[in-house]
Amino acid sequence: MQLFIQRIFDGLQSGAIYAILALAIVIIFRASGMLNFAQGEIAMFTTFVAWNLFDVGLPWWAASVASLLIGFVVGAVLYRLLIVRLGGTHANPLAVVMVTIGLFLMLNDGAGVIWGTDAKPVPRVFGEGRVELFGAGIAVQVLGILAVLGLLVVAFNLLFQRTKLGLALRAVTSNQESAALAGIKVTTTLMVGWGLAAAIGSLAGTFTASSVALDKNMMQVVLIYAFAAATLGGFDSPLGAVVGGLLIGLVSELVVGYVDIVGPDLRLLPGFLLVLIVLLVRPQGLFGTAKVGRA
Amino acid sequence: MTLLSVRHLSAGYGPVQVLSDLELSVDAGEIVVVLGANGAGKTTTLRALSGMIPAKGEVTLHGESLLGRKPEDLVRMGVAHVPQGRGTFPELTVEENLRVGAFTRAADEVVADMDRWFEVFPRLKERIHQAAGSMSGGEQQMLAIARALMSRPTMLLLDEPSLGLAPLVTQDVFERIQAINAELGTTVLVVEQNANLALGIAGRGYVLETGTIVASGTAEQLRSDDVVRRAYLGV
Repeated sequence: MQLFIQRIFDGLQSGAIYAILALAIVIIFRASGMLNFAQGEIAMFTTFVAWNLFDVGLPWWAASVASLLIGFVVGAVLYRLLIVRLGGTHANPLAVVMVTIGLFLMLNDGAGVIWGTDAKPVPRVFGEGRVELFGAGIAVQVLGILAVLGLLVVAFNLLFQRTKLGLALRAVTSNQESAALAGIKVTTTLMVGWGLAAAIGSLAGTFTASSVALDKNMMQVVLIYAFAAATLGGFDSPLGAVVGGLLIGLVSELVVGYVDIVGPDLRLLPGFLLVLIVLLVRPQGLFGTAKVGRA
Repeated sequence: MTLLSVRHLSAGYGPVQVLSDLELSVDAGEIVVVLGANGAGKTTTLRALSGMIPAKGEVTLHGESLLGRKPEDLVRMGVAHVPQGRGTFPELTVEENLRVGAFTRAADEVVADMDRWFEVFPRLKERIHQAAGSMSGGEQQMLAIARALMSRPTMLLLDEPSLGLAPLVTQDVFERIQAINAELGTTVLVVEQNANLALGIAGRGYVLETGTIVASGTAEQLRSDDVVRRAYLGV
């Protein structure tokens, strides 16, 4: 029983990280209809910057917050300098895919050149403490990450439903031409969208680093899981991204833990099997909308 | 007094020139219609006027030049454009659509304005929390017009409001446009194929063929013009 509880929380921890990165992917997809394959590597990069700040004496939590702000700037600048040049939302989606994959490789190699290829130990954002829950000792770190995920969901809901910026983002997503005709500055709005996504992604980076270790390749598997989570949840739904991420984390952990033939070598398998099964039944994903509206 | 003046306007898409040397003017408080068949350049004219495509020539509103500005800046100068095919935000509710329309306005004026348009278009109030995309074509057209009016424009550009609507609904839409013009003095430039209805509410009109104006006059003059009668009134 204690092991079971432990595994549940382990699963939720990885799941929360997938969910956070999946949120970043879904925001960009919803706002601009694009997939940013460099999302994970941007997070890795800003986390290395955070590590530098930590190295010169900033507390790790403060460095993490700084990486979030840096992520915002990187995302916004990336949209303005690269994506707008490719034609903004009228860009060829395949060109965007290639450019973000190129960026992926560039950031990965760049990080290797700047910070080396050795993994760096990083303190836990929420400390080393443990609390007793259902008879198992659960790391405060795990609970902290879950709490942050919860806060993100609430903050997002408020942002999109209650603020003028959120309304602008949704209007641009829904009908860009009419958004411009209503006076919304489309490029600026999308820069903010890409910035927000990268900022959130940076959180996934610091959490991954402080759960495992900081390494230039640490986000690659996370990115694959995040795409799976977004697909499972239904690509246009932030709630779906969160539920999808948590489910994949849980299922992976429990199947690897309890099904003997799925050893560590096959640990990627259960999550993707789950995605496959859900998609066969609901092609739009758990919370995705099959295209609404009349012709 | 001339509100909108268009001279030597040429515009198109990439290498394809659609408009050439187009001239028209709209006085403050008028409803002016531009008649034209499919492909004559009606939509292109409005797109050029609201900054959605690059254009050359001289376009002024209140004497201020409009060309070379972006749509989002033109809204702030008083130009509102209801694009063809309605231009609502299908995933957003009716209320949210109107709030987007009021994007350039101060927050404290929005609710009062919204209430006013709910009086003019009561159906919108009934559907205030419904997604725009799930409404009928006529309701969406009303919403698109209300959305544009939320910016309190001095110049309203309407692109074929009759498109895809049943005749009775179209008539309803035109009557409301006329009422808005009469009550608020909003100047309206409407491009249409439905000459009968459009000439019914317009004071003056122009006939657009292959990207240039070929005839103009008061609504009565155009109605009795043989060419217009044959081409647009079907008599």
